[in-house]
Amino acid sequence: MSRVGVFVCHCGENISATVDCEKVAVVSGELNGVAFSTDYKYMCSDPGQTIIKEAIKEHKLDGVVVAACSPRMHEPTFRKACAEAGLNPYRCEMANLREHCSWVHPKEDATTQKAIDIVRTLVEKVKTNNSLLPIKVPVTKTAVVIGGGVAGIQTALDIANCGHKVIMVERQPSIGGHMSQLSETFPTLDCSQCILTPRMVEVAQHPNITLYTYAEVEGLDGFIGNFKVKIRKKSKSLDEKTCTGCGLCTTKCPQKKIPNEFERGMGNRTAIYVPFPQAVPNKPVIDREHCTYYLKGKCKVCETVCPTKAIRFDQEDEIIEVDAGAIVLCTGFEVLKPDFFPEYGYGKYKDVIDGLQFERLASASGPTKGEIRRPSDGEIPKKIVFIACAGSRDPAKGIEYCSKICCMYTAKHAMLYKHKVHEGTPYIFYMDIRAGGKMYEEFVRRAVTEDDAKYIRGRVSSIYEKNGKLIVSGADTLLGARPVEIEADMVVLATAGVANPGAEELAQRLHVSYDAYKFFAEAHPKLKPVETNTAGIFLAGACQAPKDIPESVAAASGAAVKVAALFSNDELTREPLIAVVNRQAPPVYSTCVGCFLCESVCPYQAIEHEEIKNRNGEVIKTIARINDGLCQGCGTCVALCRTKAIDLQGYTNQQVYTEVIALLNE
Amino acid sequence: MKIGYYPGCSLTGGSKEYHESVTALAGAFDIELVQVPDWNCCGSTAAHNLNKTLSLSLPARILALAEKNGISEIVVPCAACYNRLTMTQRELNHDKNLRSEISELLGMPLSGKTEIFNIIQFIQKYISPSLPEKISKPFEFKVACYYGCLLVRPQKEVLFDRPEDPRSMDDIAAAAGAVSVEWPFKTECCGAGLTMSKTDTVARLSGKIVLEAVERQAEAIVVACPMCQSNLDMRRPEINKVTGRKLDIPVIYITQLLGLAVGLSKKELGLQRHFVPFRLEPKAANTSAEKREEVKANNLTEA
Repeated sequence: MSRVGVFVCHCGENISATVDCEKVAVVSGELNGVAFSTDYKYMCSDPGQTIIKEAIKEHKLDGVVVAACSPRMHEPTFRKACAEAGLNPYRCEMANLREHCSWVHPKEDATTQKAIDIVRTLVEKVKTNNSLLPIKVPVTKTAVVIGGGVAGIQTALDIANCGHKVIMVERQPSIGGHMSQLSETFPTLDCSQCILTPRMVEVAQHPNITLYTYAEVEGLDGFIGNFKVKIRKKSKSLDEKTCTGCGLCTTKCPQKKIPNEFERGMGNRTAIYVPFPQAVPNKPVIDREHCTYYLKGKCKVCETVCPTKAIRFDQEDEIIEVDAGAIVLCTGFEVLKPDFFPEYGYGKYKDVIDGLQFERLASASGPTKGEIRRPSDGEIPKKIVFIACAGSRDPAKGIEYCSKICCMYTAKHAMLYKHKVHEGTPYIFYMDIRAGGKMYEEFVRRAVTEDDAKYIRGRVSSIYEKNGKLIVSGADTLLGARPVEIEADMVVLATAGVANPGAEELAQRLHVSYDAYKFFAEAHPKLKPVETNTAGIFLAGACQAPKDIPESVAAASGAAVKVAALFSNDELTREPLIAVVNRQAPPVYSTCVGCFLCESVCPYQAIEHEEIKNRNGEVIKTIARINDGLCQGCGTCVALCRTKAIDLQGYTNQQVYTEVIALLNE
Repeated sequence: MKIGYYPGCSLTGGSKEYHESVTALAGAFDIELVQVPDWNCCGSTAAHNLNKTLSLSLPARILALAEKNGISEIVVPCAACYNRLTMTQRELNHDKNLRSEISELLGMPLSGKTEIFNIIQFIQKYISPSLPEKISKPFEFKVACYYGCLLVRPQKEVLFDRPEDPRSMDDIAAAAGAVSVEWPFKTECCGAGLTMSKTDTVARLSGKIVLEAVERQAEAIVVACPMCQSNLDMRRPEINKVTGRKLDIPVIYITQLLGLAVGLSKKELGLQRHFVPFRLEPKAANTSAEKREEVKANNLTEA
């Protein structure tokens, strides 16, 4: 005879507002096999857990049902409490009264009845629960950091400085990310490159960090502590060890008119190129799409001029597999593409540019050497119109969120412009100014009071070119929506920050969840901001949502601590909720007949072949065995097994039938 | 082939030439336009400002009549009528209860499956594919394509072209030999129905459009809406007063442009009915369409 305890939680008012918790407790107490039942306002609180622990001891409970929230929320909490009271933690089950009942139904008798039904099925299940023992697995103390922007750099350095190995994978030929493109940073106006490049160099020189640039993560296998990461090192057509980075090849390359991605198309580069002077590593790659040799089979000028003979035209992509215990996603963001704004002529008029292009214009290393000159004719613009929220907070454009960084960088742009072109006038169209942050509001004020930025609250409806000027028409909503028309020389759009084009594909490859905007999803918006829903995979920076530099860096250090904490263990404990193949006494040994259908469907390659031998060492039978390190407990093999030889611990066929039957037998 | 046709009030009154050119153009492509029998007013701006049920019932009756007469596809050249019919169809298909209410009110079944075409969509589907071989007098002039508001808005409902910078009419004009100028006022407001009550406002708004087209070196403004046409054309004396210029750029329908290109006469297309005289003379192509294709193919092989 079982002795089950039922503990009904009110969850403040989350459950008790629509469910009669006291009644649930009373009715549950009368169920067959229930030795004790009670209700309490916050079962997850310390006093709540104490109630459970004491009841286990006092009533000698052999099973516990906590009727509260989703097991995703508090199952670990209550299982731990049970373990502390001496009960095997896997004899504790959660009845989800909150997400599955109280939140989705109105206050009425039927809702309470449903809650009772849910508790009843779990009581029946818990009676058939077995004591399970956790599985121990080793931890590979190496982290793979995907993305080498400021978030990736900070994460890698923090983990490496804790004494752990880090492998950084960057898609571009250099690390640095968007931050390396910026001119100056808000709210201090310190030079972006000056604060970032030392960090980039530190990454390259750190003994614990291995850097793979021009490389992408192709695949991921395994689980927390024991990932296998497949990395494609794209061919740079270069022997990096021989190359000294002298740069002679880049000066001699005949392909000189390729739009420079780093300059956002405002300058040109060669086919063999280093993306920018401070690049790390400071060695070139050949862009095969534009290289004359790869297009026409002739040229090889770079090979001829190379003093160390480092060019390798026949080099192929290399795929390597590395072991890692944790992965941190720091893949960053992108800004909206030009065809998003037909009304602003972005992509049609040369002098309508985006914020990142303005950064390059203002940058000392940019295409104009830091002078603000407009792209069409190189003239110094006398009037620049900045448009904040270009795409952001605009349901019609499908981007309902605030891109967060634009208010600040637009104020910065206005200041930089004024500092460089004293007679110029910056106009800023805005919706609201969102300047929450240390010294942020003061910074925006400074733009207005000291640098004469003219803020106009309203939206721009259209921009068109006329006689070399850009006619910007909008409304000033603080003057009763009076129409405003400004003849500008240049327009800068603070285009919305969006997820990287490859984000969705990467998320699917790594099995991490993402939101409707394709930003990676954190495990909990408040309490687990740097974790993903997949154990062992963390995230930091703007791949999660638009973030500024301080926020990205803070998140990066947060993620690094999570990784370091994981690596502080030599072994990890895994939930034993995995599949097992039954074993019986000879001569049957197991009902498994060795058909290995399970092997073909297992998504985690967890099925092994086990040979059963007699005393003479002869193989009598070959049956399936589940690798408890690889099995994720998905249950696909259980469903497919023809002889019912496989079962899922914690969710056995028997347990599921019991639950169903309990629901049917009212 | 036959296809349903809803002219609406404008095409039988002030914009007769639109009706004439649509029918003539269709005829030149062996398409017979079958008017929806016993059609009524679409409700226009008045109905949906005053009475919701009426604003849905009027277009719904037209659609129900089309269904009753076996018309599965219907061309609606007037942009306002097109807008009302499309919006009604969409709203009723979205709300099944409302649809049965309206259907009951009309005493007619309404499945909401009629396909509604504006003139551009009609041209794209039925004219454009065989246009190249029919062109005898390519319309080799610079034109400013003016879409107005109702053809492309509200975007979420009409789901046609890009509301801020539409291209569809430009592409059609180009296919007929015209050079469409790049200009910013493709969807600016012409003043619409204020033409009677606030003529000066219409003169100011339409004047801005006409002047811009002229300054961009266009030789004709091409439209697909009777309201736009009449404001830019009939209000030209007022426009000239406001702008202080003598603007004589003609305002023609896209159907008239295509009609001329395929060799229809000005009279057949009703071009003599415009207030601003249409004086452009498309010239017959030196070579036949086949010959042109041949030359083009030769050029390509040489290149």
